[in-house]
Amino acid sequence: MAQRPISLNSRPIIAREAYGLAVGFLLASAAHLLRLPLWLGALIGVIVFWRIYLAHRKLPTPGKWLLGLLAFAAAAGIMIEYRTLLGRDAGVALLVVMLALKVLETRTLRDGILLGFLGFFLLVTNFLFSQTITTALYMLGCAWLLIVVLIGMQFTGTWPGWRQPARRTTVLLLQALPLMLVLFLLFPRIQGPLWGLPHDSHAGLSGLSDNMSPGSLNSLILSDAVAFRAEFRDRIPEARALYWRGPVLWDYDGRTWTAARFVFNANELPAGEPSIEYTVTLEPHNKRWLFALEMPMQRPPRSVATRDMQLLSTTPVRSRMRYNMSSQLEAAYGADDSETVLQRALQLPDGFNPRTLQHARELRRKFNDDRQLVAAVLNDFRNQNFVYTLSPPLLGEHAVDEFLFDTRRGFCEHYASAFTVLMRAAGIPARVVTGYQGGQVNPVSDYILIRQADAHAWNEIWISGTGWIRVDPTAAVSPARVERGIASALPRSDALPMFVRGDFAFLQRMRLTWDSVTYTWNQWVLGYNPERQRQFLANIGFSDATWQKLAVLLFVLAGLAVLAGALLAFRDLRRSRNDAVRAAYERFCRKLARRGLPRHPAEGPVVYARRAAQWRPDTAQEITTITENYVALRYGNSATPQAVRQFQRSVSRFAS
Amino acid sequence: MHAQINAIEDQINGIILGKTQQIRLAVACLLARGHLLIEDVPGVGKTTLAHAIATCLGLKFQRIQFTSDLLPADILGVSVYNRDSAKFEFHPGPVFTNVVLADEVNRATPRAQSALLEAMEENQVTTEGETRALPQPFFVIATQNPSHQIGTFPLPESQLDRFLMRLELGYPDAQAERALLNGTDRRALLAGLKPHIGPDDLSRMQREVQEVHAAPALLDYLQALLNYTRQAPEFAHGLSPRAGLALLQGSRAWAYMDGRKLVLPEDLQAVMPSVVAHRLTAAGSGSSNASGAMLAEQLLQQVAIP
Repeated sequence: MAQRPISLNSRPIIAREAYGLAVGFLLASAAHLLRLPLWLGALIGVIVFWRIYLAHRKLPTPGKWLLGLLAFAAAAGIMIEYRTLLGRDAGVALLVVMLALKVLETRTLRDGILLGFLGFFLLVTNFLFSQTITTALYMLGCAWLLIVVLIGMQFTGTWPGWRQPARRTTVLLLQALPLMLVLFLLFPRIQGPLWGLPHDSHAGLSGLSDNMSPGSLNSLILSDAVAFRAEFRDRIPEARALYWRGPVLWDYDGRTWTAARFVFNANELPAGEPSIEYTVTLEPHNKRWLFALEMPMQRPPRSVATRDMQLLSTTPVRSRMRYNMSSQLEAAYGADDSETVLQRALQLPDGFNPRTLQHARELRRKFNDDRQLVAAVLNDFRNQNFVYTLSPPLLGEHAVDEFLFDTRRGFCEHYASAFTVLMRAAGIPARVVTGYQGGQVNPVSDYILIRQADAHAWNEIWISGTGWIRVDPTAAVSPARVERGIASALPRSDALPMFVRGDFAFLQRMRLTWDSVTYTWNQWVLGYNPERQRQFLANIGFSDATWQKLAVLLFVLAGLAVLAGALLAFRDLRRSRNDAVRAAYERFCRKLARRGLPRHPAEGPVVYARRAAQWRPDTAQEITTITENYVALRYGNSATPQAVRQFQRSVSRFAS
Repeated sequence: MHAQINAIEDQINGIILGKTQQIRLAVACLLARGHLLIEDVPGVGKTTLAHAIATCLGLKFQRIQFTSDLLPADILGVSVYNRDSAKFEFHPGPVFTNVVLADEVNRATPRAQSALLEAMEENQVTTEGETRALPQPFFVIATQNPSHQIGTFPLPESQLDRFLMRLELGYPDAQAERALLNGTDRRALLAGLKPHIGPDDLSRMQREVQEVHAAPALLDYLQALLNYTRQAPEFAHGLSPRAGLALLQGSRAWAYMDGRKLVLPEDLQAVMPSVVAHRLTAAGSGSSNASGAMLAEQLLQQVAIP
């Protein structure tokens, strides 16, 4: 019997382990594969199925040269595709493809175990893209599978089937649960992420921007992504009062409205008693606007208010953000705005929309009073067959002219734009305000959900002596838009995201329930920040928790959790080796091993005893007796409890 | 009981010199009711060994020299018309005996080979619609030339599986060869052999071998070995359940010959190379062309005793 131990490097991976690793890798990278360019996804698929085929046919894995070539080619491909190897997208692509090659290369047990652990790393990168409950549950499932595969690779004897490692993994994860909770709740939190996310993590977020050209709101309205959620202290105001103020647009070039830079200096908020208090949980949109009901009466922390009442965060909103707000729903402000500001709100591009300018002059002649003029214009919108639709005809160079006098079909951006032009031409300072209007009340947990589909544009005009007041020409055309939401304002034939319309009551309700679960998840898991932690600790009786106290508490509780786990594990260990004879014999072998004569795993007891007896002639008699007893007890059929106890005692007496 | 066996072993050892281990395995194979395949070059004493075993155990012995023109009837027997009784009478072939030595079995065509192999598996012969039982105990020792020699029909894997063990005698070492050269003619010695036991004793011993205890712990080890061959990539295919039974039977006989009533992992390990080597082929026939013996050795090394 040669004395070669079973080593990680020499023990080859067998087919079932290769399958397990391949499937584990595929599932852990599934979400990435959908995001990767098609050629890369296909390459990875081919590589993994190649490995499965090799395992199935028991063929050797490809050589170093081929693997090296593939790795180089894949890296070059990623370099060409992304123009970099760094950053989130390219980095993850590189990680996924290199791990796929590692799957292909996996030959020995050591490779297999390494791959299993790298799988966890791959898994975590999924959170760079999504942090929803679904992602978390899916990742948990993948982690479970990877542990099953890792445990499955540890079996040396008879293979009991996947059921046993699966059960063991489940038990392991359940045992880890208390430790996880303790760490989650008590590990000292720091404000903001510990390290910055790669710079490209926030690409592709949708939301309002600092300009509005034909069609830009239209694409937002077709998205049912969540913009933000708001929870009101008391009651939720009625829908037509919910104007969530966002970017304010001043300058018009005949086609596009843009925000003005000159107003970006801080301003005092209007004084007065707020009429409504609420908390906004804003989804990241990679811009600086913080949305609030008109008119905001306070600023969220680390933000400024501009002259035209935009709330701007000091940095782009790149993670979910929560702030308390209070607003005065009917406040006018800016009565003392300077002549420069008002001049800016009267600018019109030269050479556009002659018919509108003409019409404005006529109106001005008819009405001396600004308010009467506005009322007349809104009346025209109401009575002259204007249609609210998301699929308006295309407009040419004199867009406002064509809209007001020819097509008369459009949605909020057309009305807001046309109204402003008309006002400015009539000499009334006016500007476009974009933001969201309304929202969906979630009856499940009583908050209001604002989607991108609720994006809206309205106007403000300046009335001497009063200041800026809100006018929403869309409401004149289609009162339903501001009272019951966009779905009820549109003809049935217009395309909208499925859940924005109120059809499928059951689905709608499920959707809202799910959204409220997500909201809780965001509040308590993703949004578990230092304040929340303090709040939680205060609730359980630690009112002034410093991080030192936290650390002590953490260590104590984590220690208790580990201790409990260890006790469970020991009990499990005893149960799994209820074969007392075997346990005692292993003790005997360990004693000999400590003296420098370990038993080879594949060495039979009699052969080992002979070797040991030769090695230590002084205890030869004892060794032989113990082995004879062991053989009789374990391989015979005459084991009595007394004999077992006697055997255990003789092993204990055996001096190492 | 094993005193008798040891005496038989000693007797055979007196004729075939320096092959203690192989002789012990051959006797174990017989006790386990298995058939034996001896593979080696001509002239190393295959026939002498077969003959000596048969004589010592007091068994009837027949030798069939397999040639390329051997027909099944030459093995099984043939019906001949008897003019006096006006009937066909069956004349049993050489297979109707206790020990058949099928010499150079791979020189015959597959057709003739399969006639013998069927008899081995069923312990009975069916010719002309009539089934005739073979005498008990029935034991086939087939010898085979290494398959690379000219004019051989190698036994297919399915037929190799029917032999419980395959042995290679190999050349004697220098000491044994000197004794052989100095001593008298082996054939003359063979003629002087006296049977030690009778067929009934052998049948009883074979029954006793069946009763040797194989504990769950041992069966765990056996299954671990079988599973390893079925899963590790270096094996083209795993061991069959029949191979598992053969291993268990062989190790029971080995324990019995050692005078024990229980099977140890060591017994399994002792018989394993002879039992599994001819049933294993390496995967990927190109680069790593490990022989069955090397695979069996690896199996012993890699599988831990639970």
